[in-house]
Amino acid sequence: MMRDKRMTAEQVVAELADGMTIGIGGWGSRRKPMALVRAILRSGLRDLTVVSYGGPDVGLLCAAGKVREVVFGFVSLDSIAYDPWFQRARQSGAISVRELDEGMVQCGLRAAAHRLPFLPIRAGLGSDVLRHDPTLKTIRSPYADDTELVAMPAIHLDAALVHLNRADKHGNAQYLGPDPYFDDLFCLAAKRRYVSCEKVVDTADLVPVQTILLNRMMVDGVVESPGGAGFTSCVPDYDRDEALQREYAQADPDFLDRYAS
Amino acid sequence: MTLADLCAAACADLFRGDGEILASPMGTLPTVGARLARLTSEPDLLLSDGEAYLLADTPALGERGRVEGWLPYRMVFDVLANGRRHVVMGANQIDQYGNQNISCIGPHEQPTRQLLGVRGAPGNTVNHRTSYWVPRHSPRVFVGKVDMVSGVGYDKDAGPFHDIHRVVTNLAVLDFVTPDHRMRLVSVHPGVSVAEVQAATGFELVVEDVSETRQPTDEELKLLAELDPKGLREREVRA
Repeated sequence: MMRDKRMTAEQVVAELADGMTIGIGGWGSRRKPMALVRAILRSGLRDLTVVSYGGPDVGLLCAAGKVREVVFGFVSLDSIAYDPWFQRARQSGAISVRELDEGMVQCGLRAAAHRLPFLPIRAGLGSDVLRHDPTLKTIRSPYADDTELVAMPAIHLDAALVHLNRADKHGNAQYLGPDPYFDDLFCLAAKRRYVSCEKVVDTADLVPVQTILLNRMMVDGVVESPGGAGFTSCVPDYDRDEALQREYAQADPDFLDRYAS
Repeated sequence: MTLADLCAAACADLFRGDGEILASPMGTLPTVGARLARLTSEPDLLLSDGEAYLLADTPALGERGRVEGWLPYRMVFDVLANGRRHVVMGANQIDQYGNQNISCIGPHEQPTRQLLGVRGAPGNTVNHRTSYWVPRHSPRVFVGKVDMVSGVGYDKDAGPFHDIHRVVTNLAVLDFVTPDHRMRLVSVHPGVSVAEVQAATGFELVVEDVSETRQPTDEELKLLAELDPKGLREREVRA
């Protein structure tokens, strides 16, 4: 009998530790594992490095003082351009950052997923991304072209948190919306992989098979969490809760207390 | 005809000659412009709905119509690296060589104002044609030096695919077709003087043969009314 990997959000958080590098799936304010983020807000975890195509996951973790460093290409709420909590954290100097081009984030996760020290990419050349992160190096093609490229180092994750529409109890997980984002890559780049989902279903119900983004060897824990991406979108199960997002974007400290309680 | 109509036509002209590539407009005017281009000069352009679908029809803003393809973000990154793409981005700051900033204002360690982040600007600008749309042309946007180079300009070693095409603003159209790739004034919008554009620019523009930005045709005005019946374009740029 295959393993039953169902657990609670609190059990997921209990497997995390201070100082870890946590990758968070989704994109902007879309299909973020907000129930898992909320469980972190309620925990004693701190000094996290967060890797994300950032939305309110980043803003909330920064607001709650859980973050030491954010690795990001952007932080945005989509229908609201800027995340005020992230802005506050940056403008007060409360966090450090490693700012990368969006494609560099994918490239670094892919290098980690493939157990490579780096992968070459053109993005970053000439930009201040390289100037602000002197650990980033360029490399020359060993072939006749001699092209200079960025040697994007692997972004290794201690844990990945993602939210999908459906999963079975073994960790096969399905997206039903228009875009898989990079949730599979986050899982491949991580040591521990946790997927929350709207509903746990029988394996046979994960159809069509092309929508199964994660297979069970990519997943360590399954958390059934209806509404677990809210207030971000999780189509077709639900759209973004724009009213709640507007409330979040007021950046009122009371919101954080209410949200985490 | 409104200023927004004129800017929409100028944005449409950005795509002239592009052929069968992906147009990636950011913002309302570039989006309307790309759709106008597909209905007129560039019928082979590919258009995305801004999420994961390619549009078979050329519908009004907010509509989807029929879908001709699937282009999730991971595939956008592939198209970007492959080069068959023309992006029109915004700019919180842009300098005379076309370096653009959408990341932050002030020192990167602790900015005075955090913006979006560099997003895909570093990758876009070294991989394929890039244009910019600035709805409020001012010395705060057109600066001597940007605080964080996100999109890469002509004074950097940006490789063989670097191609900053044009900048369209509420006052003028500009490009970089000069011996040292400094920004040049191509055309001023009707009723705008060269001096006004220079005064709104925080560096010296190359000014040679400046023309007047063309007005949209009657057919284009009719198409614009169909593409944007709610007049969303008027909210992004005001006379």
